[in-house]
Amino acid sequence: MTNLVRTVGRRSLAVVAGLGDFADFVVRAFTAIGHARQLRKGVARAIHQQGVHCLLVITVVSLFSGLVLGLQGYYVLARFGSAGLLGTFVSLTLTRELAPVLATLMIVGQAGSAIAAEIGIYRYSEQIDALTTMAIDPLGYLITPRLLAALLVFPILTTVFVLVGTFGGYLSGCSLLGLDSGVYWSNVQSAVRFVDVRECLLKALVFGIVAIAICCHSGFTAHRRTGASGSRAVSISTTRAVVFSSIATLAADYVITSFLV
Amino acid sequence: MIAPLLTVIGLYKKFGDHAVLCGVDLVIPRGSIVCVLGRSGAGKSVLLKCLAGLFTPDAGEIRFEGQMGQDFPKHCGYLFQANALFDSLTAFENIALPLEQTTRLRVSEIKEAVMAALKNLGLEKFADYFPAQLSGGMQKRLALARVLVTRPAVVLFDEPTAGLDPLASNAVFSMIREYREQFDFTAVVVTHDVAEALAAGDRLALLENGRIRFEGTPAKFAGADDSLVRSFVDGPGVSRMTK
Repeated sequence: MTNLVRTVGRRSLAVVAGLGDFADFVVRAFTAIGHARQLRKGVARAIHQQGVHCLLVITVVSLFSGLVLGLQGYYVLARFGSAGLLGTFVSLTLTRELAPVLATLMIVGQAGSAIAAEIGIYRYSEQIDALTTMAIDPLGYLITPRLLAALLVFPILTTVFVLVGTFGGYLSGCSLLGLDSGVYWSNVQSAVRFVDVRECLLKALVFGIVAIAICCHSGFTAHRRTGASGSRAVSISTTRAVVFSSIATLAADYVITSFLV
Repeated sequence: MIAPLLTVIGLYKKFGDHAVLCGVDLVIPRGSIVCVLGRSGAGKSVLLKCLAGLFTPDAGEIRFEGQMGQDFPKHCGYLFQANALFDSLTAFENIALPLEQTTRLRVSEIKEAVMAALKNLGLEKFADYFPAQLSGGMQKRLALARVLVTRPAVVLFDEPTAGLDPLASNAVFSMIREYREQFDFTAVVVTHDVAEALAAGDRLALLENGRIRFEGTPAKFAGADDSLVRSFVDGPGVSRMTK
């Protein structure tokens, strides 16, 4: 019994210490904006990594999500004689919920894992130590540009997700199942209000910061993985980055939704 | 007596319950090459990382020009054992990075300084090469060029000859001596290579059990009675070199 309490206590303390370390990491990365040099160059590179590289996957996933939503939505709504509300269903589902979450999960899978692996390799090949010995703040050079890029990239890619997904819903609902396109688009226009767009963009911003910060932190602390070292530690860090940022995204989604609904 | 540039007083560092440095005292004279010798696990690299600011000592002082201060690491460059070059940057970009990030030089001035550094180390033809495209010796020179471009007062070398054959080791130590003359820095070299340390070092320090067991000139080191020093001096590699 004593051992159980001790183990639970030790694990709890480790979790609290880990959260504190993560918060400190994020705060120091943002405060580095004040002294980081050539930030624009770093942010541009990070936008390319997170944005341009993920555009294709976001477009494809959003198109298929819209197509499936259109199909499912049409048959469910048709049961209640409300197939005409398909535009409302697709656009609100995407704007309020699916687009921010799925876009984040896709970006994490594509760019977040690459960020964690890249920074983990920097750590193990002593490139981060080399920055420190050259009096360059590793957080300002490696992390700050990626967090700033996330502030820009996630809302843009989420918007792309909504637009392409809504078009996917139109393709399956109107082009395949014969719903009138005028009804579809007028429902889309009347259903989506300012508060829905605000919720969508707020979620995209929060998810972006949380997910990219977790990926960066996971790579940056790759050397602290217990029981693993070198390439194995980098691999574990990359997996952790994807898993933790996905869980954090869904948890943040619940919290934000519960406050905004 | 040359004025000390760097003075280490009672440096302690432990990891968990394992004390690695247990009161290291060391004086580094200005302009000298000080070679730190010791068995594997003696704490040589930890000492060097404490000097570079990568580890925070648990106790003790590091005085730069007689002054205590947090900003000593800004005056030192560090040559990593595995070079720690930025593998996704070209040779030019590797050398330019510290200038771009820590100075307010213009782009043209940075380009000029980087090309001069590349030329000084015989790498001017390889400016656009990535580190992986260079040989081991060239990577070592590139890493040194990156360190020297900011004109540090002290350069810390962590096992610069690890894994190299005797000829290549000799070339690395010759390079350190040559560039010390050219760039006027003070060098602290952690090495296992006793023969090269005796030949190239101005002073030698032997680290054992977290303390400096012997410190002196190469001549004193070669003639010392201390059993551990003798085991280093009479080692097979040294005997072969002296013969």
